[in-house]
Amino acid sequence: MKYILMMNTMRTGEGIPNWPHQDLQAHIGFMMQLNRDLHGSGELVSAEGLSFPEQGRFVRAGKDGMPVTDGVFPEGKEFLAGFWIVDVESADRAYAIAARISAAPGAGGVPLNMPVEVRPLMSAPPPEML
Amino acid sequence: MTARDEAALPELLRDLAPRVLGAAVRRYRDFAAAEDAVQEALLAAAVQWPRDGVPENPRAWLAEVVARRMTDEARSAAARRRREAAAAGETEPIAPAADAGLDPEGDDTLILFFMCCHPALTVSSAIALTLRAVGGLSTAEIARAFLAPEAAMAQRISRAKQSIKASGVPFRLPDARERGLRLKSVLHVLYLIFNEGYTSSAGERLHRVELAREAIRLARAMRAQVPEDPEALGLLALMLLTDARSAARTGSAGELISLSHQDRSLWDQAEIEEGTALLTAALRQGAAGPYQVQAAIAAVHSQAARVEETDWPQILALYDLLRPMADNPMVELNRAIAAAMVHGPAHGLVLLARLEEDARIAGHHRLHAARAHLLEMAGDAPGAIAQYRAAAAGTTSIPERDYLTAQAARLRGAGLL
Repeated sequence: MKYILMMNTMRTGEGIPNWPHQDLQAHIGFMMQLNRDLHGSGELVSAEGLSFPEQGRFVRAGKDGMPVTDGVFPEGKEFLAGFWIVDVESADRAYAIAARISAAPGAGGVPLNMPVEVRPLMSAPPPEML
Repeated sequence: MTARDEAALPELLRDLAPRVLGAAVRRYRDFAAAEDAVQEALLAAAVQWPRDGVPENPRAWLAEVVARRMTDEARSAAARRRREAAAAGETEPIAPAADAGLDPEGDDTLILFFMCCHPALTVSSAIALTLRAVGGLSTAEIARAFLAPEAAMAQRISRAKQSIKASGVPFRLPDARERGLRLKSVLHVLYLIFNEGYTSSAGERLHRVELAREAIRLARAMRAQVPEDPEALGLLALMLLTDARSAARTGSAGELISLSHQDRSLWDQAEIEEGTALLTAALRQGAAGPYQVQAAIAAVHSQAARVEETDWPQILALYDLLRPMADNPMVELNRAIAAAMVHGPAHGLVLLARLEEDARIAGHHRLHAARAHLLEMAGDAPGAIAQYRAAAAGTTSIPERDYLTAQAARLRGAGLL
């Protein structure tokens, strides 16, 4: 079963830019180890980090079908910072990975406890419809 | 090489794969290394045979390539061992037994099935390893079939091999005490491979290996290994009788079509006939099991030229037989629908209400879908629409969600609301 794990970060910042260098390193090391472990267990389908929302744009099609872009996102409480797609045996396993992500170390090594949204990817239908 | 030979080549290689592997494991006593060597031999054959022609003895050709590869491996390992032994003051290890490499009873394929579907493995690992070691598929083909990255699939296979090594499973048939349970897990793995192929065949999946066909091929191989087992026969019959409906299962836009609305002229009669004959043979062997009963249910559906001719009392009787064999709420759900077809929707709805007390299925979208179906039968359109919507919200399949949404839309469009 495939799941997407979406890591949300507070807009006001866990204050990443202000972290001491060693805390930042510990955080990056934690994420890299996580990805190595998921790769090693054969569960990692893909993992991506996203830019800060300042670089995001809303795009809609104009009357001529050409893209119409809208400035930066309005101030929100949280934004999507990155996601993992994993192929796991059960929902519980996906939740366990999400909990590990959530507890990534922040300033002073204190777990961030970020909210991670876990949703199943759509898969095949049942063999028979009623 | 003629075009016909070339088309038959993958099949030939896959049939040879487990036999070559079995001999190699016997001879070299290292499943993981032998399996890698066989994959390389299959790859070499796939490149060379179309160019140079199929060798006179294809199996010996593959075994030769495997031997060369294993010798290269062994040479470096032996050199290492000798250095270590010399340092420890030991003599050379004893030579393998004279009968090493022989398969006296022709059991290799069966042993491989048991090994790859060992209960110590996770289900997804067992599936991947079975397709590679017994099915002769490459990691890339398996990865594509499951829409997974090749690297992830390679990891899964290598971990499965490590688990087998760690668990110390010997390369021989399980003893009589264990055999029944181990056979069950092999059949379960084959059934899951079939279902994956059958259910995901909707839509554009042009580059996927035909998993359903592969599962049928493996089930045939398994059945040949245990001709005395009625469930192996029952599973093959179930696959054929289900697969027979695959062309009718989706419409031109890839939308799902329910059993009751399928164009039955599209059903594959040859598969129905073969499946029915196998099922009859299985039932004659006695000791009916869940695969045979499910195959029997599929056979009853396949006998009805029109949906109105379906023998529902017979299907209900078969579900009664299946219940004690499988403690499974999905069986209860399907039985409730069959009961509704015999005794009316009100009766079926009472049975479904009881299922709400089963934590394994309470709130499940299939329960909503079943209730929607029976409410519609009972003429309660608003109730049915609400249940179809609830089911659509709960599914993790896009084709199923489209189907359920369309059912709700159809009822609204019929002016019933």
